[in-house]
Amino acid sequence: MILKISSKMNNEALASFLIANVGTLIVIIAWWIVASLELINPVLLPTPIETFKSLFVSLFRGDLIKDFWLTLYRSLYAFAIAVVVGVPIGILLGSNQKVYRSFEFLIDFFRSTPATAMFPLFLVIFGIGDFSKIAVAAFAGALVVFFNVAYGVMNTKKTRVMAAKAMGIPSWKIFVDVTFLETLPQTFIGLRTSISLTLVVIIVAEMFIGSTHGMGQRIIDSQQVFDMPQMYASIIATGVMGYALNQIFLIIEDKFVHWKGR
Amino acid sequence: MHLDLVGASENQQGEKLLSTGIEVKNLTKKFHKEILYQNFSLSMPGGQFTSIFGPNGCGKSTLLSMISGLIPFDSGEVYFGGKPLSETKIGYVFQNYRDALFPWLRASDNITYPLSRAGLSKVQRKLKLEELVHRFGVKFDLKRYPYELSGGQQQLVSIMRALATGPEVLFLDEPFSALDYEATLSIIEKLQEVFISSGVTMVMISHNLEEAIYLSNNIVLLTKRPTHVAEIISFDISHPRTVKTLSDPRFIDTKSYSLDIFRREVNK
Ligand SMILES: Nc1ncnc2c1ncn2[C@@H]1O[C@H](COP(=O)(O)OP(=O)(O)OP(=O)(O)O)[C@@H](O)[C@H]1O
Ligand SMILES: [Mg+2]
Repeated sequence: MILKISSKMNNEALASFLIANVGTLIVIIAWWIVASLELINPVLLPTPIETFKSLFVSLFRGDLIKDFWLTLYRSLYAFAIAVVVGVPIGILLGSNQKVYRSFEFLIDFFRSTPATAMFPLFLVIFGIGDFSKIAVAAFAGALVVFFNVAYGVMNTKKTRVMAAKAMGIPSWKIFVDVTFLETLPQTFIGLRTSISLTLVVIIVAEMFIGSTHGMGQRIIDSQQVFDMPQMYASIIATGVMGYALNQIFLIIEDKFVHWKGR
Repeated sequence: MHLDLVGASENQQGEKLLSTGIEVKNLTKKFHKEILYQNFSLSMPGGQFTSIFGPNGCGKSTLLSMISGLIPFDSGEVYFGGKPLSETKIGYVFQNYRDALFPWLRASDNITYPLSRAGLSKVQRKLKLEELVHRFGVKFDLKRYPYELSGGQQQLVSIMRALATGPEVLFLDEPFSALDYEATLSIIEKLQEVFISSGVTMVMISHNLEEAIYLSNNIVLLTKRPTHVAEIISFDISHPRTVKTLSDPRFIDTKSYSLDIFRREVNK
């Protein structure tokens, strides 16, 4: 019975894997045709083969790995700060509607302000070192985490809290046992959005704030010397990073928030 | 008027059980200046099954929530066998089991959750769970998560959770209204068995007179807002009640009498 179900699930997984990759293949083939027929200036669009060759060469011989890890490190660092700052503030404001309402304008204002507009400010505060980039990204990420956590706390089902209350559970324990867990689905949405956002901000910061290494700088550098295969290779590597981070979060989410949407 | 605050009932083994009656005195509750209850008093005898029946929105759920301390009231007093709520163990079953169970816990852990909070060891919790499983004749797998169970099974889990700590009073707010007919019949019988075997005071809101009377010793009929008691009807055919009860003349009389009063109140 269980075997049957799991083999069925494997089949389904395989099928969806194939479907997903057929689309990718079609795009790569289209790219290859367009590039080989030189429909687009080959200086701007190298063939997939050149691109992947460049990717492999810089993976195994170049310093792409180093840039990759550096960007990942900066993004995760920013994300960690975002979580440490965003979750408690989100819980605090979310569980206190009056306080939340009094901050609502500020919250909406900063949520609508592109974080990248803050670069100069953070440069002034933190200097042009590595940390100013991390700080901007953390700021952007923390807003997303905070907002989602607060929203999650505010929208907890009153019935479950009441059920716990009827059992005579003290309110701090209700918060830990019920409200917090009830918030998890929304919190995870915040975390996932936040990690994507910190990566975006870090990449942009690496591109435009005098940077030492990182994928953002790598992309812009290869563009400046018109090493298009390298530029595409770096973009793909960055995409892989973003995709992997998102997937890892989805897996963690499915495991920890198994009741989500049920 | 004589108030049977600490009623005595007998369980199946013939032991005398002291049961906790509920006394509501001069309760007042307003929502945004609009009066829902004013000087509302009601006593519900211990060890008996009491149903509350009344027009939509007259404040049945609010009343139960206030009595159980889930929402505050403006003034008045509530006593359980002479004690305040803080010294009383209660159980509460909600209409929406889906929103009341903890989806992050397996059904069995949902049931034992109030026990772990009460400081019982793992072994004690397991024993208690087994006792409840036996008492309710549970046939489905309690290792599943609530969202993997049917509505009837989930509501059964809710009731087991509410009874896990051995409460003196069990409150049920329309426990069957989200269930299908078959599940309702089955849970009504389980509830009746537990009522007989435990002698727990039970108070149930119902919007179905037949169900209410079938289970109850007393039916409290409420008026429209501002809400007060229209009448308390007692129905004292002894438990267990069966299909035969439904065709008993006393049942039919009680039902039509209740319905008359209800109609009168609704059309006032
Ligand atoms: N938090 C609240 N704020 C304002 N009004 C409320 C609130 N809760 C309930 N009410 C009002 O109080 C009245 C009683 O509500 P309640 O849910 O207790 O009624 P009910 O008898 O249980 O209704 P139903 O038969 O639909 O279950 C309703 O008119 C409702 O609109
Ligand atoms: Mg109600």
